[in-house]
Order: sequence, then C-alpha cells, then structure tokens
Amino acid sequence: MTHREGVLTRNTAAARINHWITGICFVLLLLSGLAMFYPLMYPLSALFGGGQWTRAAHPWFGVVLMLSYLGLFVQFVRDNFPTRADGAWLAAIPRVIVNEEEGVPEVARFNAGQKFVFWSMTFLVPILFVTGLAIWEVYFSAYTSIETQRIAVLLHSLCAIAAILVWIVHVYAAIWVKGSIRAMTQGYVTPGWAWRHHRAWLRSLAATGSTGPRPRARRG
Amino acid sequence: MSDLQSQDYIRRSATTLTPPSVRDHEQEVAKLIDVSRCIGCKACQAACMEWNNLRAEIGYFEGSYDNPSDLNPSTWTLMRFTEWEDEKGNLEWLIRKDGCMHCEDPGCLKACPAPGAIVQYANGIVDFISENCIGCGYCVKGCPFNIPRIDPVDHKSYKCTLCSDRVGVGLEPACVKACPTGAIMFGSKSDMTMWAGERVEDLKSRGFANAGLYDPPGVSGTHVMYVLHHADRPSLYAGLPDKPRIDPFVGAWKGLFKPVALAGIAFAVAAGFFHWITAGPNEVEPEDEVKGRRLLEKGDKA
Repeated sequence: MTHREGVLTRNTAAARINHWITGICFVLLLLSGLAMFYPLMYPLSALFGGGQWTRAAHPWFGVVLMLSYLGLFVQFVRDNFPTRADGAWLAAIPRVIVNEEEGVPEVARFNAGQKFVFWSMTFLVPILFVTGLAIWEVYFSAYTSIETQRIAVLLHSLCAIAAILVWIVHVYAAIWVKGSIRAMTQGYVTPGWAWRHHRAWLRSLAATGSTGPRPRARRG
Repeated sequence: MSDLQSQDYIRRSATTLTPPSVRDHEQEVAKLIDVSRCIGCKACQAACMEWNNLRAEIGYFEGSYDNPSDLNPSTWTLMRFTEWEDEKGNLEWLIRKDGCMHCEDPGCLKACPAPGAIVQYANGIVDFISENCIGCGYCVKGCPFNIPRIDPVDHKSYKCTLCSDRVGVGLEPACVKACPTGAIMFGSKSDMTMWAGERVEDLKSRGFANAGLYDPPGVSGTHVMYVLHHADRPSLYAGLPDKPRIDPFVGAWKGLFKPVALAGIAFAVAAGFFHWITAGPNEVEPEDEVKGRRLLEKGDKA
C-alpha cells in the first residue's frame, strides 16, 4: 500500500494481517464461547449453524488464534518490555483519561496500557488453549480425568471473561484515540499522531531517519 | 420423550425462565435397588437394551463379570461385580446395578449449556432430550456419579431415562419388570422409602448391622435408591460415591460466577460508552502535526 507523503508506518503489512487473523478468531471465539457460557447468550449459536456446530467450531477457532497469537508475540514482544518510564506514565493516567496529554511522560512505541493488553493476552491465551484442549470432548476427553476437566472448564471460563474485559479495553482505546484504527488497517499514522501519543517513538524514528515502525538499526 | 408435551418440568437446562410446569402435581417416583436380593443375572441389562432398542458393540472379555466393562452410549445400565472380603474373612459378592441415579439436584442439568437438552419432570426423572444436545460433555463434568456417555458418532450424550416413556403411561421401568427376584422395585418415592425401611430392618436382624438406604442428601436425594448391606461404606460397591455432591468447581463455574461475569462485561462496555460521551475522542490537533513534522525534519538533517 502506498502511503501519503510524510506519514509513518505504525504496523507492517505482516503485523496487520497477523493482528486481524487473531482479531477475527477472537470475535468468533467470543460469540461462540458466550453462547455456551450463559443461557441468555445461547441464541448466538445460530450464527454458527446451531449448538452442535458452535461446539464443534469453537475449539478450531482457538487453535488458529493460538498459532496466530504466537506470531503477534514474536512481532511485538521487543517493544513491550516494561521500562522505568511506564511507572511515570501510569502515575499520569488521570490526565491521559481526560485527553490532557501535554506534560505526560513521553511514550515509546507502546504505552503502559498497551503493554498491559499485550502481557495480559500473552498470559491468558496459552491458559485458554491448554484448558481448552482438556475440555475438547471429541479428541481429548480420554486423556484427562473428569476432575481435571472440571478445574479446566472453570479456569477456561475465568480466563475467557478476563480476556474479554482486556479486549474491551483494547477495542475502546482504539476507538477513543483517533488514528489508531487506521494504524492497524492501513498501517500508517501522521507525525502529529506520533507526536501526541508516542513522542519517544517519534524521536527514535527521527533520530535514525526511519519511517517506522522501528528505528533504523545503527551500523558499526 | 422429546415429542411428548410434558408440561410438567421442574427443571430445564440453560433456561432462566420457568419452563412449562402446569402439570406438576404428580407424585415423585423412585426405583429401589435392593442389592441384597440381586443375583447378578443381568436380566435388567437385557431388558434395558430391549426396551430402549440399544445394541452396544460386542466387546472383549476384560477379566471380570462386568459385561461390557463400562457404561457406554448404548449401555445405560450395567451390573458391577465386586469381590470383597469382610473383617471375618468371609467373601462377599457385591453386585450393584449401575446407571443414572436421577438426582433431585442433577449436576448434569446444572452444567448443561444447551437450553432444554436436559430436563427434570415433576416425578423426579432426569431426561436427556437428544435433539437439543450439543455434545459438549459438560454433563459428564457435572455428574457426581460418572454416568453420561457421549457417542463419538452422533455427539449426543446418553444415559438411563428411568424409562420415562413407560412411566409416563403408567408402566414400571423395563429393568423393574424383568427382575426375577424383586431386587428392583418401582413406585412413589415415599412408598419405596418405606419399603426400604422394612428391608433394612430385615437385614439388620440377619447380622448386617450397617444396612441402610442410599438416598444421598448431598444431591438432595435421588430417584434411584439402593438398599445396601454396608450402607456405612457405599464405595465398597464398585466405587459408589460415599458422599456424592455436585463438585465445588462445577458449582463455582455454574453458580455466582456466571451473572457476575456478565455484569462485569456489561460494566466495561458501559464504562467505555460513558467515557466517550464525557471525555470524548482523543483527536490529533493541527499544532501536533506542525510539531511532529518539525521534529521529523530536524531529525532528518541530524
């Protein structure tokens, strides 16, 4: 995709494809999972062709999501390690919430909130995957005891609800901070967006003459 | 019994409203299995197959009288044989007819996510309605007695129906009809409890001091009850649970957590919405663009 002159690449095409495979799987898992979690949500199973289809399809969405998330992890982990600056940013969060970002500590590629989403999902997705295998009746019911399955199904639902809450934060933040959705659909942000929300990232790009998403590697 | 309008439901799986229950005045029924009178002939097993038209796959000899070796989607009742040596060194052959206990508080029904896949009628019978079953196996996790079996071909869960189709038209279950010794009795739960009392007295007079009725309170009683000569140790009888109850993990999963989780999700969405209409979107200002671009140009020269 050709970007406008002077904009910065926020997410590469590979990262975007990877992200949206994960995202689509997550939404499918959310809909089919809630159908099997709460009676009032059961009509959602119609979206998948009925209860039997919902039960059969849900674990496969999970397998695709697990593989896809591994890709996301590899692509994004370098910029998600906690730093000292994250604490200062978190302390300033009351100002961030009300859109007064001037004076808030400068943020690199990801702020502490984004890192929270990343590490929450990195923690929850593998638990959901493993507990999901334990309760995947068709293929794996013979390999675990019923008591193990009881623990697994409780853990699975607890982690699923936690993941949904994290996901709501993630989606709302993208809607709230204008320009973020384009960063994940078309892949680019304007210098003004970077200045406002990720100034340390913008500085690192400017210093190395990179157009993103990462500063150009120094040679020598 | 899925085609019959029962209108006598007292419980219906994954249903938050009251199911059709206008005809709920009927008496609670019970099957009473008097283990002390059982001769292990398996007539009940054969009658169950015949009435319910079940033909399990022919298995292999597994070194015991249990045949087949376990319950399966086509074997809804099974004689389990235990050879037990008592304190005096006497061999006792304990034979228990295993199958659904038709709990008053059914764990399978509590765990089931498919509306109407598991129902309980006013007479106490717990029935699986196959057309609504989605094959998830949650009933297996909910059951304290390890009874439901999922068919690997049609992905439906199966178990004893207590012959709900026969009971519904005033007949006793097929196993009861077939039993040659009267070890399996059927009637109202109060009659069966009374009859069990007489049997327990008789057993006590014959030296079985711990004889008693198995009607476990942990699941609010069952609609299949046993007279046991060793009621103090039910687990002697091929692992009949001593104190069955719905597992606490299942209770937590299907109890308070469900509404709290849903409320949590609703709260998170509402919090986002109200943030949007108060703080509003965070938009990039023209001066941000100027400053951002200036920084980039400076960096380029550097």
